[in-house]
Amino acid sequence: MDFSWLEIVVASLLLTLVGGTILTRGRSWLDPVFWKRFAIVGSLVMFTFLWILTFDTMRQTAIGKGRIPDPTVINKKIGYQLDAETGRYRPVILGDEPLFEKVYTREEAMRLLTKGKLTIQSRNCMDCHTLLGNGAYYAPDLTKAWLDPKWEKIMIPMTGAKTKEEAMVRFLMNPDKFATWTRRMPNLHLTEEEAKAVVAYLKWMSAIDTNGFPDHFGESKLVEF
Amino acid sequence: MSKLYESQKIALLYFSVAIVLFGAQLVFGLVAAYQYINPSFLYEVLPFSITRMLHINAMVVWLLMGFIGGIYWLLPYETGRDVVGAKLGKLAWFLLTAAVGVVVLVYIFKQIGQGDFFTLWFITEGREYIEAPRWADIGIVAVMLIIYFNVAATVFKSGRITGLMGVLLIDLLALAGLYVAGMFFTPNITHDQFWWWWVVHLWVEATWEVLVGVLMGWALMHVLGTPRRIIEGWLYLEVLLVFGTGILGLGHHYYWIGTPEYWLGIGGFFSSLEPIPLVAMIVHAVYDAGVHKLQTVNRPALFWIFLQAFGNFFGAGVWGFMHTLPQINLYSHGTQMAASHGHLAFFGAYVATNIVFVYIILQHVRAPEGPILDSRAWRVAYIGMILSMVGMVGALLVAGFAQTFLERAVGGATWQDYITAQMHPWVSVPYLWRFGFGILFFLSYLVFLYDIATIGRRAPSVEVKPA
Ligand code: HEM
Ligand code: HEM
Ligand SMILES: [Fe+2]
Repeated sequence: MDFSWLEIVVASLLLTLVGGTILTRGRSWLDPVFWKRFAIVGSLVMFTFLWILTFDTMRQTAIGKGRIPDPTVINKKIGYQLDAETGRYRPVILGDEPLFEKVYTREEAMRLLTKGKLTIQSRNCMDCHTLLGNGAYYAPDLTKAWLDPKWEKIMIPMTGAKTKEEAMVRFLMNPDKFATWTRRMPNLHLTEEEAKAVVAYLKWMSAIDTNGFPDHFGESKLVEF
Repeated sequence: MSKLYESQKIALLYFSVAIVLFGAQLVFGLVAAYQYINPSFLYEVLPFSITRMLHINAMVVWLLMGFIGGIYWLLPYETGRDVVGAKLGKLAWFLLTAAVGVVVLVYIFKQIGQGDFFTLWFITEGREYIEAPRWADIGIVAVMLIIYFNVAATVFKSGRITGLMGVLLIDLLALAGLYVAGMFFTPNITHDQFWWWWVVHLWVEATWEVLVGVLMGWALMHVLGTPRRIIEGWLYLEVLLVFGTGILGLGHHYYWIGTPEYWLGIGGFFSSLEPIPLVAMIVHAVYDAGVHKLQTVNRPALFWIFLQAFGNFFGAGVWGFMHTLPQINLYSHGTQMAASHGHLAFFGAYVATNIVFVYIILQHVRAPEGPILDSRAWRVAYIGMILSMVGMVGALLVAGFAQTFLERAVGGATWQDYITAQMHPWVSVPYLWRFGFGILFFLSYLVFLYDIATIGRRAPSVEVKPA
């Protein structure tokens, strides 16, 4: 869309004002009908703008349209870097990095990710974790979980896995055994197939352009105690 | 007991289920809050995800049931006649209650399923607030349609339509229609959350807000005798302001979910204006009560009306505003800040509305000829609930600020930063306070139960009966 947010704000307010004024000509502002007409005009204008914006957003966030990368991004190495121009962090693609030592075709990747999403919903992940910042607050945010340094630093040695994705699968299948804190994730009985699909999903999610959320992910000045 | 319309008998059915589910909400909330303190509690039996889901699902259902009850209660007053389909209305209530029962049993005993469509249809959809499986979604929409046509048919049969009923009919249609936006599966999590917020935000910050505008407007008219013309004028103004700011205010949930950047400006601008109608509602309630010098026949209802106006303003308006600008939300998004705000907003705006109607109904049923509905217990429950809610919300606010700074600003928002922040005393100690105040809230609920069982029962018979 070629309009800035400010133009949209001004246009919606102006339309409400002009439409309401025309429809309430000659009425006192103490007359309920005055407010009734303004209410109808205001609601219709705002709802119309919401629909237009919704169509535009759906288009810009379709799979493979830039903001939401193509499923084959799971074959790539993903990073998260400060974009100097906007002052916000953006996911970047840093060359090839097969997942589970495999390069997926677009169809295979899509099937895997669909399975991952179904698995995430079937186990109510969102009722402990946040995904893209939405959900519950009992467990860490998963938006950039794929990029979390803890997999390499703690979970690979702990699970005895060779790669990050393997460590993730082992953790997801037996989270109660690989706990690092008193709040343990319950065992949700993921099959290996499901666990792999979830890992792929987390990789894909970490490549979504979230306008810089979370800020400076992984760059911590927090002192552990 | 004075004569009741069939419509009002249906209202009683809805409120009795609502009040029970309110209790269930609190019990599961307490378990969830205790699991924060002692994570091994029921770890293998009812994990946090399940207790929390039961907590918020019970809330959504009991609040909706209370609203439906309120609508059935005021319907005869507004239309001058009884509901058209009394049997149908009772059937819908029964179906809804039975469906809720089945869903809850599956939540508790089955909990989760395999990663396939069967799970989404019959166990859980795994999307916060609207976890109910697809069969139940369809059932709920069908029942809502029955209720809708019952109300609409009653209005049209009566041959007149008040401003209140006009707003109600349009708003209910939007409310039911929005639920459909949450009923499909997509592998694209950005689209998923985009539509999920259509349901959640456009419910609580648009259609529910207007619905309680209608209910509270009617309550003011009923409890204080405010003239209809004034009530309807204010209601239209509120609709303009709520929909005018709340519809595009939806953008405050589209900052970080993959959606385009223009939402930062649009969402930030409109959601910052969302408190304005809530201020207007306070002005309205306080002004009306002042005009009538606080004279009322229903003390508890009047005080809960005040609480609704102020609670809505503080919980939704002030607490919402605190984290609604994208510059703040970038760091506070998905922290205890949201839980602090969510509790105060739901309590102030929606719990209070339903309790107002409980007392209006009780007065009609128990003390229709007066003198006035009053007791000591309602005051205890009222003050107890306010204090304990403020305590919980205050605790979560401290935890939320600390989490925002420690995990997100100083830390790098990682798994380990999350744990470190959660273990910091500024975060972990408030969880103890939250649990303590939660117990107090539950005790206040018990006093409330005692009060609604007894209020208006004794006083008249002692005073009025000749020796
Ligand atoms: C009665 C009305 C309202 C209710 C019941 C309500 C409730 C809630 C709840 C429960 C959440 C958490 C959602 C989740 O689980 O992720 C939330 C989030 C939010 N609310 Fe409200 N709210 C209301 C009004 C408002 C208003 C008027 C504003 C702004 C002025 C606001 C601003 C926000 C923001 C910015 C968030 C997102 C928090 C985040 O980024 O994590 N809310 N609201
Ligand atoms: C006994 C009193 C209560 C206790 C102990 C309690 C406890 C909790 C807990 C532990 C959570 C999970 C938060 C998380 O994910 O970290 C929660 C969430 C929630 N509770 Fe309560 N609660 C209580 C009463 C209420 C009441 C009265 C309401 C409103 C009617 C309410 C509305 C909510 C909402 C909307 C959420 C979701 C918040 C979000 O996602 O941001 N709770 N509660
Ligand atoms: Fe919102």
